[in-house]
Amino acid sequence: MNRSGETYPDSWRPPPFIKNPVRRWLLVLGIIVYLLLAIGSLEVNWTRVYEGLDRGAKFVLAFTDPNFSKRWTDISEGLLESLMMTVTSTVIGIGISIPIGLGASKNLAPLPVYLFCRGIIAVSRSFQEIIIAILFVAIFGFGPLAGILTLSFATIGFLSKLLAEDIEDIDPSQAEAVKATGARWWQWLNYSIQPQVMPRLIGLSLYRLDINFRESAVVGLVGAGGIGATLNTAFDRYEFDTAAAILITIIAIVMLMEYLSGHIRAWIQ
Amino acid sequence: MLELQDLSKKYNTGDEALKGVSLSIPKGQVLALIGPSGAGKSTLIRCINRLIEPTSGKVLHNGEDVTLMNSRRLRKTRRKMGMIFQEYALVERLTVMENVLSGRLGYVGFWRSYFRKFPQADFKEAFRLLARVGLEEMADKRADELSGGQRQRVGIARALIQNPEILLVDEPTASLDPKTSRQIMRLITELCEEQQLAAIINIHDVGLAEMFAQRIVGLQKGATVYDGPNNGLNPEVLTKIYGEEDWTKKKKGTQNEDSEATSGSEKEMMEGIV
Repeated sequence: MNRSGETYPDSWRPPPFIKNPVRRWLLVLGIIVYLLLAIGSLEVNWTRVYEGLDRGAKFVLAFTDPNFSKRWTDISEGLLESLMMTVTSTVIGIGISIPIGLGASKNLAPLPVYLFCRGIIAVSRSFQEIIIAILFVAIFGFGPLAGILTLSFATIGFLSKLLAEDIEDIDPSQAEAVKATGARWWQWLNYSIQPQVMPRLIGLSLYRLDINFRESAVVGLVGAGGIGATLNTAFDRYEFDTAAAILITIIAIVMLMEYLSGHIRAWIQ
Repeated sequence: MLELQDLSKKYNTGDEALKGVSLSIPKGQVLALIGPSGAGKSTLIRCINRLIEPTSGKVLHNGEDVTLMNSRRLRKTRRKMGMIFQEYALVERLTVMENVLSGRLGYVGFWRSYFRKFPQADFKEAFRLLARVGLEEMADKRADELSGGQRQRVGIARALIQNPEILLVDEPTASLDPKTSRQIMRLITELCEEQQLAAIINIHDVGLAEMFAQRIVGLQKGATVYDGPNNGLNPEVLTKIYGEEDWTKKKKGTQNEDSEATSGSEKEMMEGIV
């Protein structure tokens, strides 16, 4: 094995991800050409943009002078409704997500259950909240009920999927050890799976709570109640100062929730 | 007490991990199972309590075939087989006490275990065992706060609280330093003697196997190639188990190490264990 010093190579490069150089460069070229064509296909009406700047400026300027007092009763009612929708839908969503998440874990569930639960998750995830909200508003009419159902439905797709992924990632030796004691299935779940996934489940739930609050403002725009409905009315009346007040309140609440949930997540680790 | 008859395991991948292993272990015997990585040692002990389903053959526990049991009967039988693992396999986010008590899960109902309301006798036994393995102050600590040696002691307590007849031990010392390894092996074998437990111990370290086991079984590619007393591992036997290597030199090395350790710090180690 001993070679004299000169015969060893004195340079080295990491092996490329795509071995064939022709294919590698064609791929890069292809991406560049597509991007140029894609940008070229955009039509920009510069005079329209110029006129629009004015309106945009008005909107932005309204933030320097938000008006909380003019519609305060509407704002506070909208906020309370949104908070109610957020909490209810998150709790309902978590309650349904846990069994579906268990069923959607390959290492726990038999194949038919697994496929069924994965199917539910896929359906829930493939529809954006707005589309579901429009459907539920059509079925249940305007108001927070449609909003709660929409957000619960969206929570299921989000939470079950991430919970199932966390369950599939557990340390199997801990689960094996508890199984070896002669534990029943439910005891096994309680002693070896639950402790491993609990911090993540709590973290995800808090994260979803704050997503649901933000989404409650969005689904309100299509009539599903909450602060979004108030915001929509403000826009319809061209009351940008009130709209600004509402947006600032939403931002403040989201930041507060973000801050609190960060603390709670760090604490439960 | 435990008898394996022509036990085989073929994985879906086509790997034949076990090829007709037959073994009989009487009450109270400590058996070390040695062999190269991939020889089927882990598969063998997991086939005994059916954490892995054997493909064919019998596992007779007190005359009853484990491979034919329904899930209810299997759970009852698993209670009598305490298991100790390589990386300790403690549930890291549970307390030491909960980890030990999980050894009683086969004996209590779901709601009792859910609310951690075990029978008084179980708590008493758990505290006794924690004291026995030298961790009486650690009951409320979370398992991931302990050192490797301490974790393995919790693992031992968890296996013993099952009130087992046999211990299935999978590489108990693989992640421990040499001193802790000896302490853990000594603890396991002492406890086996105290309670007349049989044990099958998978172990890589031939020196430890010779030191602590009465009987050694060598496994090579899923078949037993040696079954005899702990002083019968000559270079030919080791070559048969592990393959060609200068075993004379290696053996000498281990022996030197052993004698140094025994003369040097035996007393200290004995203190560490009780």
